[in-house]
Amino acid sequence: MKEEIIIAGFGGQGVLSMGKILAYSGLMDGKEVTWMPAYGPEQRGGTANVTVIVSDEKISSPILSTYDIAIILNQPSLEKFESKVKPGGILIYDGYGIINPPTRKDIGVYCIDAMDEATEMKNTKAFNMIVLGGLLKIKPMVAIESVLKGLKKTLPVRHHHLIPMNEQAIIRGGEIIRKQ
Amino acid sequence: MEKEVLLMKGNEAIALAAIRYGVDGYFGYPITPQSEILETLTLEKPWETTGMVVLQAESEVASINMVYGGAGTGKKVMTSSSSPGMSLMQEGVSYIAGAELPCLLVNVMRGGPGLGTIQPSQADYFQSVKGGGHGDYRVITLAPNSVQEMADFVKLGFDLAFKYRNPALILSDGVIGQMMEKIVLPEQVKRRTDEEVVKQCPWAATGHTKDRKPNWITSLELSPEEMEKNNIRFQEKYKEIEKNEVLYEEIQCEDADYLIVAFGSMARIGSKAIEIAREQGIKVGLLRPITLWPFPKDIISEYADKVKGMLSLEINAGQMVEDVRLTVNGRIPVEHFGRLGGIVPDPDKVVEALKAKIIQ
Repeated sequence: MKEEIIIAGFGGQGVLSMGKILAYSGLMDGKEVTWMPAYGPEQRGGTANVTVIVSDEKISSPILSTYDIAIILNQPSLEKFESKVKPGGILIYDGYGIINPPTRKDIGVYCIDAMDEATEMKNTKAFNMIVLGGLLKIKPMVAIESVLKGLKKTLPVRHHHLIPMNEQAIIRGGEIIRKQ
Repeated sequence: MEKEVLLMKGNEAIALAAIRYGVDGYFGYPITPQSEILETLTLEKPWETTGMVVLQAESEVASINMVYGGAGTGKKVMTSSSSPGMSLMQEGVSYIAGAELPCLLVNVMRGGPGLGTIQPSQADYFQSVKGGGHGDYRVITLAPNSVQEMADFVKLGFDLAFKYRNPALILSDGVIGQMMEKIVLPEQVKRRTDEEVVKQCPWAATGHTKDRKPNWITSLELSPEEMEKNNIRFQEKYKEIEKNEVLYEEIQCEDADYLIVAFGSMARIGSKAIEIAREQGIKVGLLRPITLWPFPKDIISEYADKVKGMLSLEINAGQMVEDVRLTVNGRIPVEHFGRLGGIVPDPDKVVEALKAKIIQ
């Protein structure tokens, strides 16, 4: 198993932390992982993306030309990365803020209204976990238990009470993701 | 006990490895993309546990001179910076080399010249392996290509620095510094006691005693005859290092028709390029210099008689390629491929370059 993933959106959407949680979950599952951010001076409002690789075998390059999975959270990222999904790969996008949806027919395209759902849950911070839940529904590359274990390990103890909310968000994400 | 596997950035790994290797002092000034080194050290508060000093100096010039002072007393001291900051330090590095002192430097390279960008680059190759500062000196230069090696090379760098009384440098870049990967940290080693320092470093300025002559720590020598003797001693030392300390890794070289030469992050990207090229039936291997100085000349020379061409892969305009060409000495074509200013080439472009420049 090897999944080469790009997660891209606006800074402040939790792109990097979602990648980090995914990488930690891979670690908990005993897999090889790399997490490579396109780091820059931009923070909130700028564009942000991170390449995460989860694999059973040793990982060569943390920087890639094409991806198995693209998780796209804004229009500029869709324009940049839609063409870089491998044929037969998967593109997941949040419907919110996407004016021109993806058009490729040779990949699996999924839509998840995570921003709307997070607003409904009255917790916009759950946004990236809803997206992660959607991803794990389509590609269960790591167990949800490993995600929760990873959260417990990485979150400061004072935030541990948020873990059940995150679990709920992951489950909800799995329920609302749909094929375009 | 099974060792715990952790996930962290290369920069964090360097900081934690330094504490665990019993380093006595870190002096540095923040600069992207290596600020996590100082940040992690500050968060870890090693002065409360091992007694390690962590100090944010007022500038890079101050940092390197604090390292000079600490190294003169035989302490295990280090600094880290990124390209523009390393340039500021070069005078001090030359003094440290001239005074024959051990220390560890870390450069997490970014795009230049000047203030440049904050994205990854390997354009400080020349600065690192050809001197950097003034005078005939060399810095032992280690090029890690993983987060694990970032940690491991702290020990390796200090060990070589003390073995030869010479500065050692971990030459990394924004990819390896910012990337998170799995890592197993080394065991905690106790810092040396003052007695152990005196024993290990009889040359150090450890306080006046009646049983020995004073130790002078200086790079200044007013007599050119004496200075020439010093230089000859340095050159003999450098020859020893070149003889004993070369490190490299060979990846799929056995049956290779072509060879990629790449270090650090580019060696990782090069490995992926090999996977892609081999799927297309191109037999290509990768030779990764782990020590950039001493440069792995002998093995590259051997391959010059086996393969049809070499591609030096670097995130710069072609620096290491000059050393590869010197070694190959015209026997086979040697070309360079890279991107500049903080753009990192992706694996597909490497394969394209290999075809266009070497295979044709």
